[in-house]
Amino acid sequence: MVLNLKAIQKSFRTNEGEVPVLSNISLSLLAGETLALRGESGSGKSTLLHIAGALELPDGGSVEIAGKNLSEMDDAERAAVRRRDVAIIFQQFNLIPSLTVASNITFQANLSGPVDKTKIEKIVSALGLMDQMKKYPEALSGGQQQRVAIARALVAEPKLLLADEPTGNLDEKTAQAVLEQMLKLVGETDTALMVVTHSQNVAARMDRQLLLIEGKLQ
Amino acid sequence: MIFSCLSTLLSHWHRNPLQLFAYLSGVALATALWSGVQAINLEAKASYKAAAQTLGEGQYDLIRPKQGKSISMADYIALRKSGWLVSPVVDGYFDNIRLVGMDPLTLPSSFLFANSNLTNSISNNNLLESLITNKNTAKNLVTYTQVIFDQNVAPGIAVGDVSLVQKLLKYDKISYLIINPEQPLEQRKLKDIAPHLNIQSIKQMTDVSQLTDSFHLNLSAFGLLSFAVGLFIVHSTIGLAFEQRRAMIRSMRSMGVSLQRLIILVTMEMIFFATIGAVIGIILGYFMAGLLLPDVAATLRGLYGANISGTLQLRLDWWISGMLIALLGTALAISSQIWQITKLPILASSKPRAWMLVTASYFNLQMKIAVVLLTVGGFCAILIDGLIAGFALLGALLIAAALALPSLLAWCLKQLQKYAEAPLWSWFWADTRQQLPGLSLALMALLLAVSANIGVSTMVSSFRLTFTSFLDQRLAPELFLQVANEDQSVELTNFLSEKGVEVLPLMSTETTISQQPVELFGIKIGDTYRNNWRFLEAVENPWDTIQLGKAIIVNEQFARRTNLWVGDQVAIDLNFTLPIAAVVGDYGNPKGQIIVTEEIFSTLHPKLYPARFGIRTSNPTELQYQVINQIGIDSDSIIDQKSLKAFSMEVFERTFLVTSALNILTLGVASFAILMSLLTLADRRIPQLAPVWALGLTRSQIGKLELFRAVLLASFVVIFSLPTGLILAWVLLNVINVKAFGWQLPMFLFPAEYFKLGLYAVVAAFLAASWPSFRLIRTPPSDLLKVFASER
Repeated sequence: MVLNLKAIQKSFRTNEGEVPVLSNISLSLLAGETLALRGESGSGKSTLLHIAGALELPDGGSVEIAGKNLSEMDDAERAAVRRRDVAIIFQQFNLIPSLTVASNITFQANLSGPVDKTKIEKIVSALGLMDQMKKYPEALSGGQQQRVAIARALVAEPKLLLADEPTGNLDEKTAQAVLEQMLKLVGETDTALMVVTHSQNVAARMDRQLLLIEGKLQ
Repeated sequence: MIFSCLSTLLSHWHRNPLQLFAYLSGVALATALWSGVQAINLEAKASYKAAAQTLGEGQYDLIRPKQGKSISMADYIALRKSGWLVSPVVDGYFDNIRLVGMDPLTLPSSFLFANSNLTNSISNNNLLESLITNKNTAKNLVTYTQVIFDQNVAPGIAVGDVSLVQKLLKYDKISYLIINPEQPLEQRKLKDIAPHLNIQSIKQMTDVSQLTDSFHLNLSAFGLLSFAVGLFIVHSTIGLAFEQRRAMIRSMRSMGVSLQRLIILVTMEMIFFATIGAVIGIILGYFMAGLLLPDVAATLRGLYGANISGTLQLRLDWWISGMLIALLGTALAISSQIWQITKLPILASSKPRAWMLVTASYFNLQMKIAVVLLTVGGFCAILIDGLIAGFALLGALLIAAALALPSLLAWCLKQLQKYAEAPLWSWFWADTRQQLPGLSLALMALLLAVSANIGVSTMVSSFRLTFTSFLDQRLAPELFLQVANEDQSVELTNFLSEKGVEVLPLMSTETTISQQPVELFGIKIGDTYRNNWRFLEAVENPWDTIQLGKAIIVNEQFARRTNLWVGDQVAIDLNFTLPIAAVVGDYGNPKGQIIVTEEIFSTLHPKLYPARFGIRTSNPTELQYQVINQIGIDSDSIIDQKSLKAFSMEVFERTFLVTSALNILTLGVASFAILMSLLTLADRRIPQLAPVWALGLTRSQIGKLELFRAVLLASFVVIFSLPTGLILAWVLLNVINVKAFGWQLPMFLFPAEYFKLGLYAVVAAFLAASWPSFRLIRTPPSDLLKVFASER
């Protein structure tokens, strides 16, 4: 099992007091499996994605990624999990503005060691980024930046790929093409994929769909 | 992984070279100003130490004349014949080099042992014909060719045999005698052999390094202030670099770089650049010190008679102290940013607003710290006595003012926003408030610089006014002259009495009164004293009481050191005590002074005669000619009032030349801080200004508003600097000067000078803002449009 969330609880403190965001969430994901997480804005989708990506710790429950229990780990160990086992495609891309497209794409993979150039070329070419490699993120359109973020995640060869609205910034046609490429590449590497999305079309392409309403899975 | 992370972190600087320049130049300027001042201080202290070692100063009791500056050969021979083991020293200037003549045969063996290198040079060479000096000094000894090099001889000094030095100086006397610590058990008393000579014990001697401590502390304080101003650039740049790299840091952490590793790498990176900046700064500081050193040397010679080398040497301790302070300052600036990173969650917003909110909450904290600092500084000044407490108060005042500034500015802008009715101005005030966090450090630097300028210029100008009036009082006679011997003194007195001019004879000797080394003066009280001298404190009709021999005058330095004031009794001699009738201000003199009538002086020192004279005359040139030709007084021993005043004022102006130079540099650095802040903030401004442009303001209007904002903020800073600077001046005049020099000065205000300073600061801010504003005006519309296309 690549991802195993058990009885996840999470709440945030605000001026008005404690606001529960996630209540008793349990879900699991196998290698090569794809999952769509849907829900209205504020339903806790992104928080769940961050917990699954070892970016945040839950208040209660347990998180296992590739058989490793995160609650028993310190910051450096959780960082190692993020580096080796997880890749996240953020809604706002999170590209590093001072690195070129090429350096952005290889950054995460490089953290774990040398990267196979053929594999990079294959992914970059599949996402139509070959001509953009020397540019800086600020010179790219939103759609191109989104594809760079996807390429970066795939080049890292994670066991678990998490995507927050991966096609949210793209037009319908480009979104379709990018999604096709992403699913194809994920399928080839047996990567588990969890996608947070509002889109019915995107959700329909996943193996499973889950609906999050007010922090609870339906 | 380390390579990937480091290259990613460094890529920020590659994309933002201006920011890197600001960082490096901030560290370099701060280090240059600090290490430059330290270089001067260390060079001076090394010179004092070298001179003391070379000449044995402060190690042996000396015999000096009670009056004048020379001992006759006859006195020396008489002392030697009476069993006194003394060694003659001749001390004077030749080619602007201090020439010291010694007699190796009679020097104490401990002196020769301690100066083994010098002793070797003396024994291996024919000292009768050669001077021993170091290579640098030898270059200036142009008129004398027989020189033996010895690097152990202190800079600016050449040592030779007594007879040779006497020949070179055209002087047939001895300056003083060194008393060998080992003396025969029985010998005649000095007063029986030469009553006009005096033993000056080591304890009585004023150590030059102690005397100049205050001067060096002053320099260090200004060096530290300049360093602090420079550090604001570092702090501001580091803050901005961290803020701009927040997105990078978020991405790196989310992709698996641990917090600990990130902190280590960021620290290494910043320290690496700080080291480069520090090295550049130390080199700049070296050149700056080289430029300032001749003036400092002149000041020290003029004020304290201390000789320091005019050339700078590279010293290891100076390098180390420069590097250390630069790295410590940088570490301090980094630590708060790193603390912020550790506190923020991995996915915290990287938008400027989030950063600003965090910073804005610091404004309140800063204000609280300012209040605490002021309270602690105040208590320090009240409870602890001493110069360090004075500087602690100064430091607390300046830091508190700087810390309080952002809150005060934010409050003012809020009030202005409240009363703004037009939408444009409403936006302008709100936008200015939003800019405060980014600009606050540069504005704080400007506040420090302007306050320091106001404070120091008030002190110097107040001092100048007081000093000028003091010179007018003290230098009322039109002619001053000094006689060579008692016969000349008598002859001159007779000559002048025949002329019917008012003569002010002055007798003086150095002695110890109330455990203080003092100069005792005997004066003839007349109209000139009565009409010109102003006292800080006095009994009614003080001159009458003094003239009757019933009281004395003391200078402020003596009064403060002994805490004896008007009405207090002073033991002038054994069984002879007189009350103080007046305390007189005595500026520019480190020594304590006591003034009595010539009758009392002659009773106390019957063998001494008036050696200096002040003469009232309507024709000083004619009288000068007559005394030279008829009495045979050396022309070098006569000076007219105008020349003496000019010389005194020159010494005064040179004393503050270094301080003024540091002040100007500080203001320059603060302007540079504003320029760097505005330039580095410029990119962040585009997303903030694009909506206003889209709503109908032209780029030119926006650019002008940006300029106006800089001028406005600088004007506010100037307004806040005025009270800070005046308090600073008050502390300098009433606390620091009193502790450091022993005199208190009245404080005068100079509104025109403050206006001029304020104008400089505003113009500096205007110039600093011009380039970023011009760049903004020239920003292509396509760049502004990108903001709306989410393509940035």
